[in-house]
Amino acid sequence: MQKLQRTLTESVVPHMVLLVYLVIAMFPLFLVIINSFKTRKAIFANPLMIPTAETFSTEGYLTVWERAGFPSYFANSITVTVVSLFLILIVGAMAAFALSEYPFPGNPLLGIYLALGIMIPIRLGTVGILRLISSLGLVNTLTALILVYTAQGLPLAIFVLQSFMQRIPRELKEAARVDGATEYRIFGLILPLVRPAIATVAVFVMIPIWNDLWFPLILAPGEKTKTVTLGAQQFLGQFVSDWNAVLASLSLAMIPVLILYLIFSRQLIRGITSGAVK
Amino acid sequence: MQVSSTYKKKRKPFPFHIIVFLAPAVIIYTIFMIYPLIDSLRLSFASGETGGYIGFENYKTLFNNELWSIRFWGALKNNFEFFFIHMLVQNPIGLLLAALLSRRTLRWTNTYRTLLFMPTMLSVVIIGFIWQLILSPLWGVAEGMMALVGLDALFQPWLGLETTALPTLALISVWQFIGIPMMLFYAALLGIPDELVEAAYVDGASAWTVFWRIKFPLILPTVGIVAILTFVGNFNSFDLIYTVKGALAGPNFSTDIMGTFFFRTFFGQQLQLGNPEMGATVAAIMLLIILVGVLLYLVGWQRRIQTYEA
Repeated sequence: MQKLQRTLTESVVPHMVLLVYLVIAMFPLFLVIINSFKTRKAIFANPLMIPTAETFSTEGYLTVWERAGFPSYFANSITVTVVSLFLILIVGAMAAFALSEYPFPGNPLLGIYLALGIMIPIRLGTVGILRLISSLGLVNTLTALILVYTAQGLPLAIFVLQSFMQRIPRELKEAARVDGATEYRIFGLILPLVRPAIATVAVFVMIPIWNDLWFPLILAPGEKTKTVTLGAQQFLGQFVSDWNAVLASLSLAMIPVLILYLIFSRQLIRGITSGAVK
Repeated sequence: MQVSSTYKKKRKPFPFHIIVFLAPAVIIYTIFMIYPLIDSLRLSFASGETGGYIGFENYKTLFNNELWSIRFWGALKNNFEFFFIHMLVQNPIGLLLAALLSRRTLRWTNTYRTLLFMPTMLSVVIIGFIWQLILSPLWGVAEGMMALVGLDALFQPWLGLETTALPTLALISVWQFIGIPMMLFYAALLGIPDELVEAAYVDGASAWTVFWRIKFPLILPTVGIVAILTFVGNFNSFDLIYTVKGALAGPNFSTDIMGTFFFRTFFGQQLQLGNPEMGATVAAIMLLIILVGVLLYLVGWQRRIQTYEA
């Protein structure tokens, strides 16, 4: 009897709690996706039903395709995210290498200076950023977003990469130096060795850039430079009453991210749990 | 001998490579992050009309001028409420989920944590709209589901009422970001050595006792990290309120937090023109609040934990 009770609390209860929360976490996403494939009538009559042969409809997707500039928003988001990510990783890795490799005077101080940005949100400097960007004539350009996101992502990237680079055995670098390798060559040798850390950093800095609403809204709200997040926000605001279109655009904005997440989730979760952010 | 060694030292070439490695990062970071922050702080001491230095006048206006102060204190109070709801709901549930996930005998942990972390990955804009639809009286999904358990009489348009809009938005945000404390606690719990826990079980301790007496004290550093991340995140929050309620954070400013107040102030909305100097002043106060939070964490929490560990 006691043993039975023990197995109950040990294995059944945890699964029950987790399953209940799983439903709470998944239900809203599921609801939006299933209803995006239904007729307007069915959306209101039976929101909880999955689409059937009679209620199936893609009219929402057609509206979104015709009315909103989603292909161009996607292209903008991809450009901004990929270029910023590339800059953050290469520039960040170089700085992290210098900080972890050379004990020059002022090294710890520079490390602290660069790490300040981890805790201080860059948004608080928005008034200054907007003034700077307009004086550079970069308002409504993707370049403005790329520069700001690079500055935003660097502190965490440098901090994490530096701690990984410090763990690389000294002998490796010394051996290369004895062979006459330049410092740039040694950096090139180290880079592949911290690949897992680079992948982790990539995921961590990429998500906030892709999802950001603040800087696109302030620095690049023009039709040509809109990102997906801003485009979706404005499209949804205008089409509130067209439920098919709203549900379809939500699904369109959500599904690519979810697919990418499912592909990379192992990498991401390993990154979190391996102490990269501790 | 002496001479030759100093000679050798002088010959060591200037380490240009260090500068090459560091310069790009330092330049981009300084120009696009540190300089704007300092420029913004400077502006908070400048007059909106002349641009000249006026000391703490903008701060006085913000605190004392009725037009400004009512919005400022309102946003500050709401922001604290927003933060406390996260601390009381998000972090305990995150801890509970992490505690369950980290049990070694549990199966399907990979599936659970992947799916539970999913909402955290999505844009706040998407999440805001999804919940707006679910809670909408027009669609009636929330009402219909409450009717299934006989609670439909309790349904209200929560997002539209002055008293419930802010807690509702806070709970939506909790729902989305619960994955972060969950993952951080989960990582910390996995790091606890097996021997410690095994020994307690052998002594006949229950899972409950083991958790609170052994595991929880060991993950206290993570509790502090989660708290400070929640604090900084909440006092920098903007997207959700803006998406669901717009820049005016209605009804009647009841969902206005520092982020939306800051945005309205410097960027303007509808009939109100943007005011960079006052916006910079609001940003400076936000920076101060965040710095106080971080300092409290470093001095009050992290140091105590370290002495405790020693």
